[in-house]
Amino acid sequence: MDLILFLSSVHAGFPSPADDHVDTKIDLNEQLILRPSATFLLRVEGHSMEGAGIFDGDVLIVDRSLRPVDRSVVVVALDGEVVVRRLIIQRGRHLLYAEAEGYPAIDLAHVGDARVWGIARYCIHKL
Amino acid sequence: MPKAAMQYALVDCNNFYVSCERLFAPDLEGRPVIVLSNNDGCVVSRSNEAKALGIRAGEPLFKIQKLVERHNVLVYSSNYTLYGDLSGRVMDVLSAKAEEVEVYSIDEAFLRLSPAVDGTRLGLHARQEVLEWTGIPISMGIAPTKTLSKIATQVAKKAAWTHGVFDYANHPDPDGLLGSIDVAEVWGVGVQYAKLLWKNRIFSARELRDACDKWVRKHMTITGLRTVHELRGIACIPLEPTRKARQGITSSRSFGEPIERLDDLKEAVATYMARAAEKLRREKERASVVTVFITTKHYGRGPHYSNSATLELGDATSHTPTLIRYALRGLASIYRPGYRYKKAGVMLRGLTMNGAVQASLFEAPDPSRHELMQVVDQLNARYGRNAVFFGAMGSSKKAKWHMQVSRRSKRYTTRWEELCHVKGK
Repeated sequence: MDLILFLSSVHAGFPSPADDHVDTKIDLNEQLILRPSATFLLRVEGHSMEGAGIFDGDVLIVDRSLRPVDRSVVVVALDGEVVVRRLIIQRGRHLLYAEAEGYPAIDLAHVGDARVWGIARYCIHKL
Repeated sequence: MPKAAMQYALVDCNNFYVSCERLFAPDLEGRPVIVLSNNDGCVVSRSNEAKALGIRAGEPLFKIQKLVERHNVLVYSSNYTLYGDLSGRVMDVLSAKAEEVEVYSIDEAFLRLSPAVDGTRLGLHARQEVLEWTGIPISMGIAPTKTLSKIATQVAKKAAWTHGVFDYANHPDPDGLLGSIDVAEVWGVGVQYAKLLWKNRIFSARELRDACDKWVRKHMTITGLRTVHELRGIACIPLEPTRKARQGITSSRSFGEPIERLDDLKEAVATYMARAAEKLRREKERASVVTVFITTKHYGRGPHYSNSATLELGDATSHTPTLIRYALRGLASIYRPGYRYKKAGVMLRGLTMNGAVQASLFEAPDPSRHELMQVVDQLNARYGRNAVFFGAMGSSKKAKWHMQVSRRSKRYTTRWEELCHVKGK
């Protein structure tokens, strides 16, 4: 048998009109973090991704469980550094593009040590 | 080969602390890295490159100083906040793979697998997923018993062809494997029993497996007999459910440098108690027994002294000031002047869940206390540990008893102000 749990105490008289509209508060984690065990927050340092709306001092929500696809914003471990770039996959080539003037594209085939660390899903930016 | 009735797996995180450091500092890849114990004393984790240089586990830093300088070995203090967080993530991923998980230590877990699944396949998949999601490499040994799964993990670690996962059931020569393993290395045997076994010409895991039940029972009790049966493939040691009621909560540390004065000890004990009480409340528990202990070094020059005091509380509580009061009373009763104390700690036992508290007839529990503690915990969670603290803890960050963490990396996963930086350049 199932027992029914009443959220307001039972008393004679009118029931609380709010009982029909029970809801939990909005939880940002629920919306922004798909897989908590694979999600990390990283602080942006630099200006190369401003065209993508990612500014110096912003916080990226990065998911390591996702596969990179064409146009993913990726965090890459590149020659010992952690770097954020736009991944473009073109005819089998993997290129890392910046989204600001003056940053050359990087061809992953031409760098010694590079691996995708995670996929940036959201950016927290203070207005 | 007939399928065993049970399948267990032991998961071991490879060079766990070093792997945690490498996740946020990719430049450590391929270089010798070591992590030191509390107070930067001994080596507790080594990268493969550091192992290759001949650095042994447990070695004190001062003994390998030259080696460290010559080979540019990167040295880190323990960052338990980071390791604890990443450990939790690894365990979460594993939980989805197994029917049941027993977290055995910060970097080890036993899994119970369905007897129907292909252990090696599941293991390789789990290994891949843990590595991708959390960045931590693991090894896994699968076997019909927990004791054998420990041995299978050793094979998984040593033989490259296993790709980190090995199923004992697939070993072509289990006798040969068990014959090659020193009995002292068998899970649950320990140093004392190993000495006894060697004396009786039982040197390998294989010889222990084939030992006479009666003799084992007599000399090693029922626990030893269980180990022997487990080596034969008969599961006797069940998985211990992870969320079992814990025996107690301990908070203790070695001091940065030895301390002698009672006042300094009091501050240290109060701090450890505040930490333990916070943990207690996080688990929604209360404690009814408080133990406090202090100790000098166990070896070396100078007089040695260790003692502990246990006090029973009238009512189970999670109220920090009450717990601190008891701990300090205990400390006063065991403190002896003239010793150089190296370590102190507190233990909380007799744990009960909130709501299951037997209130004494004479002292009604005071709900306002509970609320105060909630506020303290919330403030500390938001503004950093010890944003709000209890007077007895002392306020000097430079106190002698604070742990040395001079080479600790940032707490990347638990502090807004310490997040890993990603370069937009």
